[in-house]
Amino acid sequence: MIEFQDVTYVHQNGVRALDGVSLSIGSGETVAIVGENGAGKTTLVKHVTGLLKPATGNVLVDGQNTRETSTAQLSRKVGVAFQNPDHQLFSESVEEEMSFALRNFGFPPPLVEQRVKWGLELFGLEEYRKSSPLVLSGGEKKRLTLACILAWDPEVVILDEPTVGQDSIQKEKLSGTIRMLTSSGKTVVVVSHDIEFLWPMQPRVVVMKAGRVLGDGPAARLMQDRGLLESARVAQPQLVEFYEHLVERPNSPFADPLEARRWVEGRAR
Amino acid sequence: MANILEISGLNFRYPDAPKKAVADFDLSVPEQEIVVLAGPSGCGKSTLLRTVNGLIPHMYTGDYSGEVRVAGSVVKESTMRELAQKVGFLFQNPENQIFMFTVERDIAFGLENLGVPRAEMRRRVDEAMRLLEIEDLALRAPHELSDGQKQRVALAGVLAMNPRLVILDEPTSLLDPRTAAELVGLVGRLRRDLGTSFVVVEHRLDLLVKVADRMVVMSEGRKALEGTPREVLFGDEAEAYGVSVPSVTKVQKMLAADGALTTERLLSPGELAQDVEGQRH
Repeated sequence: MIEFQDVTYVHQNGVRALDGVSLSIGSGETVAIVGENGAGKTTLVKHVTGLLKPATGNVLVDGQNTRETSTAQLSRKVGVAFQNPDHQLFSESVEEEMSFALRNFGFPPPLVEQRVKWGLELFGLEEYRKSSPLVLSGGEKKRLTLACILAWDPEVVILDEPTVGQDSIQKEKLSGTIRMLTSSGKTVVVVSHDIEFLWPMQPRVVVMKAGRVLGDGPAARLMQDRGLLESARVAQPQLVEFYEHLVERPNSPFADPLEARRWVEGRAR
Repeated sequence: MANILEISGLNFRYPDAPKKAVADFDLSVPEQEIVVLAGPSGCGKSTLLRTVNGLIPHMYTGDYSGEVRVAGSVVKESTMRELAQKVGFLFQNPENQIFMFTVERDIAFGLENLGVPRAEMRRRVDEAMRLLEIEDLALRAPHELSDGQKQRVALAGVLAMNPRLVILDEPTSLLDPRTAAELVGLVGRLRRDLGTSFVVVEHRLDLLVKVADRMVVMSEGRKALEGTPREVLFGDEAEAYGVSVPSVTKVQKMLAADGALTTERLLSPGELAQDVEGQRH
């Protein structure tokens, strides 16, 4: 679905934001992209939407080269909820905001109404239907941008730091939404520092540093690779760290993290 | 010790809003304390912060009753200028706060506005840069900096005003975990070295609970829970109010309920492993 072929991108100030990135994301995959601030994660995302075009190399979305495709065409396929919702919200009311893209894509009015209602309910925003998006809290704005995107049902959904400003109940709902998207066959890309949020979903993880892909594989394997996490300045999930510590202590009675976990969970009963 | 912040019987309702954003709220923050303010999104945290730095009632109108005192002054009766020297405010996104051509000019901006004499301004800017270990960035353009550096520059601008109380609104949410840990360590150090008090709104608690003295959880404009981080996070209600209990804290709680652990403070994954091993033998 998404194919990066040796992509390089250089910012105006000369910084190589992407430096030879090759990455292939299959249809229906859920991929988490992690890495320190400035690693190139958001630049990567902007290449999928065609907002940025590679200096060298190619980006293909559903087989189409982003150099030859308009952002309007791409946006029908790729929905992105950016990190800062203020860059994305512009309408007079929440309802207007949600209908905007749907009308632009030519959805018939009854369907627009149906989708708006669905999205507001899913993200607990019904009470703000007639309010200005500006009165929403930071967390609510983020949910609104996500509702807007899901309403037009794109094949690829990209979430850039979706948990910022969300409480634990909203995070729980968000991971439910991601599971729902995954099970309905969508391709989901989540850019996040929130390793505790990503870990239970057990996604494929792409670790980035200084514009390069440093690691790529299942969460269970990558999150145990301390050398990799250290050099990318990515935190280890707390429980992974705890069980590893238990096993590694001198005289530890535990052979592996799983045994340690069974013992702890046994104590809790 | 005197209280740096004293909120009593505070109520606030925005014009045309169906209900109060803050209701019957009381809070006392002693000097040098670090208080975490948590609660579900939309619970009134941001509104409460605005009543402390004076944006409410000086910039936002609405129905206001009760009293907020910062370092002895009543917020409602103080000018924004007076308040700016007592309360510092760090926004979630430092981009909203830094805009000058060089880092040092940016840090000096608040002082220039107050008309602080040049020599004094120089001294305070240098001191703030030294505290945040960003002296080498003095002549750099803020937009060239990394997010963690920008956050430090914004915080230096706040500290240059010598506030007694600093409010941080989700300061780590845009930072990677290592940079976030450095910022939290810095908050602990500033409290120790300068005696500054902090009120921190934060969802991500794994780092912050190590330096915080107290946690207050808000719900629908009211104070729902208050206690030490351990009391609040070990309680049964925290999660119902949308508080993200760190996963290692959940394990510690399980083991404590079993009588296996008696440690009073909240432990990191490494410390917890050490305690567990101690009692497994």
